[in-house]
Amino acid sequence: MLTKEKQVAASPEQTKTISGAEALILALLEEKVDTIFGYPGGAIMPVYDALFDYTDKLNHVLVRHEQGAIHAGQGYARSSGKVGVVFATSGPGATNLVTGLADAQIDSTPLVCITGQVFAHLLGTDAFQETDILNITTPVTKWNYQVTDANEIPEVMAKAFYIAKSGRPGPVLIDISKNAQLQKFDFAGYTPCKHIRSYRPKPIVRHEYIAQAAEVINQAKKPFVLWGQGVMLGSAEKEFRTFIEKSGIPAAWTILGAGALPSDHPQNVGMLGMHGNYGPNVLTNECDVLIAIGMRFDDRVTGRLDKYARQAKIIHLDIDPTEIGKNVPVAVPVWGDCKETLPLLTELVEAKEHTDWLQLFREYNDREIEAVIQEELFPTSEELTMGEVMQQLNEQTAGDAIVVSDVGQHQMVACRYARLNHTRSNITSGGLGTMGFALPAAIGAKFGTPDRTVVAVIGDGGFQMTLQELGTIMQSGVDVKLLILNNQFLGMVRQWQELFHDRRYSFVDIASPDYVKVASGYGISGKSISKREELKDALQEMLSHKGSFLLEVMVTKENNVFPMVPQGCSVSEIRLK
Amino acid sequence: MSNQNHTDKQEFNITVYTENHIGLLNRIAIIFSRRKINIESLNTSPSEVEGIHRFSILIKESEEVVRKIAGQIEKQVEVLKVYYNTNEEVIWQEMALYKVPTDVIAERAVVERLLRENGARAVVIRKDYTVFETTGHREETDNLIKVLEPYGLIEFVRSARIAIIKDSEGFHKKLQEFEQSEPGHEVVENEYLSSREKVFTM
Ligand SMILES: Cc1ncc(C[n+]2csc(CCOP(=O)(O)OP(=O)(O)O)c2C)c(N)n1
Repeated sequence: MLTKEKQVAASPEQTKTISGAEALILALLEEKVDTIFGYPGGAIMPVYDALFDYTDKLNHVLVRHEQGAIHAGQGYARSSGKVGVVFATSGPGATNLVTGLADAQIDSTPLVCITGQVFAHLLGTDAFQETDILNITTPVTKWNYQVTDANEIPEVMAKAFYIAKSGRPGPVLIDISKNAQLQKFDFAGYTPCKHIRSYRPKPIVRHEYIAQAAEVINQAKKPFVLWGQGVMLGSAEKEFRTFIEKSGIPAAWTILGAGALPSDHPQNVGMLGMHGNYGPNVLTNECDVLIAIGMRFDDRVTGRLDKYARQAKIIHLDIDPTEIGKNVPVAVPVWGDCKETLPLLTELVEAKEHTDWLQLFREYNDREIEAVIQEELFPTSEELTMGEVMQQLNEQTAGDAIVVSDVGQHQMVACRYARLNHTRSNITSGGLGTMGFALPAAIGAKFGTPDRTVVAVIGDGGFQMTLQELGTIMQSGVDVKLLILNNQFLGMVRQWQELFHDRRYSFVDIASPDYVKVASGYGISGKSISKREELKDALQEMLSHKGSFLLEVMVTKENNVFPMVPQGCSVSEIRLK
Repeated sequence: MSNQNHTDKQEFNITVYTENHIGLLNRIAIIFSRRKINIESLNTSPSEVEGIHRFSILIKESEEVVRKIAGQIEKQVEVLKVYYNTNEEVIWQEMALYKVPTDVIAERAVVERLLRENGARAVVIRKDYTVFETTGHREETDNLIKVLEPYGLIEFVRSARIAIIKDSEGFHKKLQEFEQSEPGHEVVENEYLSSREKVFTM
């Protein structure tokens, strides 16, 4: 049962008799939801029926597969900072959400997913399209709940939104039996949830830890900041920048943190992790103090843990206490919302310029430019590289676009080379690494931030995983730019086979349809190019096109993403080739 | 296999106070199963506070692992508080039931002595069988199995461990803290998430 929250008692004249389904829609309006991504079916029909009366207030985007709905919800949430809302029917509709839930859970994305369920009296009978979605989704949701009585709907919805967006955000799933959707009850109004007795989304900031952290930082000779998505989730971009600029500390990012500090900020020293930059990886093992902000020391970032920053005192700022000390031993745990903790820390840290130390990052960067970046961005070989496509894109968007990337080599290239002037501009599946994410997520991102240019960078493999969502683009008329980097391989897997499996290219040679024709079948303009001379104009055409546009760029087949920290190696063993 | 050193492992009694919520048992159980940790014993029951449930979970792990697990459990929305304690820090009991044929036991054993020596009592005496009960630590309840085996022990069952933390004042006081802070600033919503425009520009 629900907790006994204090509901404001309504007088009889304030109550009205409505269906559970309508109460759900009213709850969405109260939560200021403007867009829903969904797909109907028998068990959620009452909700769709109720929605029919509110289409002037609520925009529903009909996707082509529920996985598309949830990735779109994620793109919407990640670009806008609001909660993504998803509808699906019971059984297969609900199970199609599972990948997206797992993705949102690991990448801390606030979602409220509503699934229909069979009539309550049929629960557990293997009824038509019945699945035990609550048990299926328990490990991949922050919270889930099954409603079988309409009276519960207002309170459950209020809790769902509160839980999804507060503390460390995450996906919530509410499963509503069909009888509860149909049931008429006395709706006494909607009270947003502000408190749940057993749930503490954020702690009181402990000043003694802040003081301790400041002391450690002030004594440091070579301090180094690693930041992640937590900075954005806490909307602490400004506070973060002030801290960085006052303390003078070089800062590097995880792929989900990209953009919280502009790419060309002088203290932004690049990307961490397996395909991150050379300097920040090597120097992680040389710094004396490591300040981790809203990041979780994922194994793609740390490489071998027993050889990770052993020399450094680690200060970890995070809203989720279970992340502090989970993977690396922490000297100073700063549990809290970085929106609150960072200003307190900034107050106490001494203003400094770590000139020599920063210079060291630049020297490593020069080596990386010489060994990798120069040839990737300005190749002398005939064939196009993924890097030069990104470089051209940067020039033409001036770093103002939202870049949504799929998973594979192109993702690493996109994250490494995209110039990002604004926060919430890099949307990718970080923790789960879900191929097929980018196309629907880009659709969602555009709905979340209609005034921004959204470019999806997708591999030929990942595009074919969810390309049915071209139908969603067609029908909704949403404007997203689809940039397919076609290397005719499942490139990232091929790279590993080349490096670690003796070039035994086992099932990575993937054929593509004529994407331009496919797009045209959906009424979407497109172009395919393979020559350098065509690149600039083609990108320009894509970006200036009114409405969606698909641009396929044929790139070098067997290019590898470097630098690379091979699996099982320490970050300082990062290879330049 | 976890990479923890076996020698670090010892029994830990995890006490979880929760809201009474369907599905929570599953949520808690998968925190263990996901990490391939075997639950040695699990008991769930109402606590001294109305509406609040108490789980007693026994695992054999290193303190490091137990600390992290406890954090993960406490992170669940409906979980109010998690404590973990070594055996020295709790008072714990398990209960066992033993079924033996009445004729054998009556004929051959000096039943009274047997019960007295093992701190047991007869719960049911029927013509065909008798059920004894003991309560205690594992070794104590194990003892009676050995004693009864020669008399044709038919069935044996032992309950989950329940434990009371020596150094605790129960949950009433803690709960007051939780409720006093309602909706105290310890639990305010992350309001910044919905004021994007104001804070997102650089
Ligand atoms: C759903 C899913 N299946 C499989 C994988 C494993 N995987 C990771 S990268 C990759 C290759 C991606 O190929 P492509 O989309 O062509 O991009 P490229 O690496 O060539 O840029 C695969 C198969 C995955 N990440 N997600």
